[in-house]
Amino acid sequence: MTQVIALLQASVVFGTVILFGAMGEILTEKSGQLNLGVPGIMYISGIAGLAGAFFYESASANPIAAVGLIISLLCAILASLLAGLIYSFLTISLRANQNVTGLTLTIFGSGLANLYGGIMNKMAGGVGQISVRTTSSAYRETFSFLDEVPLLSQLGFMVYAGVILALLMSYFYGKTRSGLNLRAVGENPATADAAGINVIKYKYYSACLGAVISGLGGLYYVMDYTAGTWSSDGGIEALGWLAVALVIFARWKPVNAIWGSFLFGFLSRMYLYIPGLTRSTIELFKMLPYLVTLLVLVIVSLKKSRLNEPPSALGLSYFREER
Amino acid sequence: MKQDSSGIKRPPLIKISERGDIKKSGAWAVRLGGLLVGLFVCGLIIFAMVKLNPIKVYAAMWEGAFGTSRRSWVTVRDVMMLLCVGIGLAPAFKMRFWNIGAEGQILVGGIATAAVMLYAGQGMPTWALLAIMFLVSAAAGAVWGLVPAFFKARFRTNETLFTLMMNYVAIQLTSYCVSLWENPFGSNSVGIINRATKLGWFPQVLGGQYVLNVIIVLSLTVIMYLYLKYSKHGYEIAVVGESERTAQYIGINVRRVTVRTMALSGAICGIAGFIAVSGASHTISTSTAGGRGFTAIIVAWLAKFNAFVMLLISLLLVFLEKGAMQIASQYDLNDYASGMIKGVLLFFILGSEFFVRYKIGIRKNKAPAEEEVPA
Repeated sequence: MTQVIALLQASVVFGTVILFGAMGEILTEKSGQLNLGVPGIMYISGIAGLAGAFFYESASANPIAAVGLIISLLCAILASLLAGLIYSFLTISLRANQNVTGLTLTIFGSGLANLYGGIMNKMAGGVGQISVRTTSSAYRETFSFLDEVPLLSQLGFMVYAGVILALLMSYFYGKTRSGLNLRAVGENPATADAAGINVIKYKYYSACLGAVISGLGGLYYVMDYTAGTWSSDGGIEALGWLAVALVIFARWKPVNAIWGSFLFGFLSRMYLYIPGLTRSTIELFKMLPYLVTLLVLVIVSLKKSRLNEPPSALGLSYFREER
Repeated sequence: MKQDSSGIKRPPLIKISERGDIKKSGAWAVRLGGLLVGLFVCGLIIFAMVKLNPIKVYAAMWEGAFGTSRRSWVTVRDVMMLLCVGIGLAPAFKMRFWNIGAEGQILVGGIATAAVMLYAGQGMPTWALLAIMFLVSAAAGAVWGLVPAFFKARFRTNETLFTLMMNYVAIQLTSYCVSLWENPFGSNSVGIINRATKLGWFPQVLGGQYVLNVIIVLSLTVIMYLYLKYSKHGYEIAVVGESERTAQYIGINVRRVTVRTMALSGAICGIAGFIAVSGASHTISTSTAGGRGFTAIIVAWLAKFNAFVMLLISLLLVFLEKGAMQIASQYDLNDYASGMIKGVLLFFILGSEFFVRYKIGIRKNKAPAEEEVPA
């Protein structure tokens, strides 16, 4: 029983990283922008949050967890906002190809983060491993009134924030005027423009906010998943692509992303709890989330339902004078 | 359109309009300008980090890429590798098929090559072994390209996302093979395959270790150029890329062209895996592709599938990579600096494309409002 709970808990923690990543990407894609820079943005946000916490903790004699939390959160949000702006400026204003720009952002972000991660690991001295224990503890602080509940007793606040955000986003897309406008922009920007919707503004807002939300996934990875440390093992990149996969799996619906992310977490961590696996079969097990996504992708394309499809104008730049 | 105080509508401050007729030389001048600005900014970033004067930065980078004959050869080897993947991607992109899966196609090609090196080859002449590895790796890559193409052609499944996922299936498959072929046990790596016998390694040709890499890649480049430009297949690819409806109308079997082209694209990326394993590292790991599959997408796309430009961009990127590594090792930083520098430069090259396509006019305050010309 404890094993099952441990597995479920690991799934939720793993899932939360990609839940944030996927929610940001859903928001971006709703406006018709396909951002393949999600892994890069998660990298940038994660390293910025870590750097903020690291410099605060090394400057202060008695670091306070809550202050570290706020500083790291602000640094991460600002950094991912900048990354989102780079992407938006290039793809929306300069109409650069979205796929290529996104991939470049991923190359840039992973280079930047791992470079500074390495530098900070060196600055931390000792075993050559940075650790922002105090700030990380704030992220991993559990809610005391949930102590008795088996699964929930070990989860930090970001998990709940992720689920609540997904529900809010779902409401936003379906029930608010701005949400409907946003979807119109993603489906057919020319029509939206004709209806008086400011296409460029919507695209900028959604791509930048989307980057911030995706970035929170990177921050959560650094602060909670790896408990405030940094290693250049490409972990964030793998999870970033998994977040892109989750968008497809969730069929562009944030509520689906909630259970989808936990399912992905389950599939990714399951091997730890299955007895008798050899090291090589473990690697095959880790293929599961990707295979499941492929399956969903094919099934979605088989069932030609309008509701399950990506925004029609996904990946295309919009230029009013080329209508 | 904003109204000013007098209530008269004024044209917007910045007016963007399409350049109808930019000359080729003009377009390349704009691109070169973007490149130079990018290189300048890269120099500034490096200066900010290590306080090295930007001219010395580029001198040190040159040293890193071409400082010794060994380094030059490694640079050439890596350029060829990137070019090979770019050549593989070109037909797919020309068909407007977003093959993001080169990374995976390289890896399965590499796995196939490593498998041949490990299990076959005893008592076979080198040329026969190389030919077998060439074919097997091409076949493996082709299969990896065929799967998404099949679903795209049949059910219009989104190929960008499909090929992206295939990368990770390939990466896990590589991890599986690595733990299967682990040598020595417990090292979690395959080690140098056939270290003693050098079985299945590229032989020295014309006195250079990487000459064969150059020969293979350059011949593939020439063949691909001719194929795309002069063959019936190449024409069909271009038509499908421009408009699937036109292709159907003139009787091109779009499904068949899609599947055939992706098989070809995957096969060449698989051959890149063969070159990486047999011609360079003599081992296989999840970093055998090393992000080249992604970088090559940018190379192929920026070059507009022009093989010569692809060669230049590959050279530029590898130069930056080697140069940044050199500076990183001199200043005790890590190799990831090269990724960051590459990213910055690419942002500028991507952005410059806008100024090739459009011109920007700034409103002159005194002049009367121009007549709006409908586009």
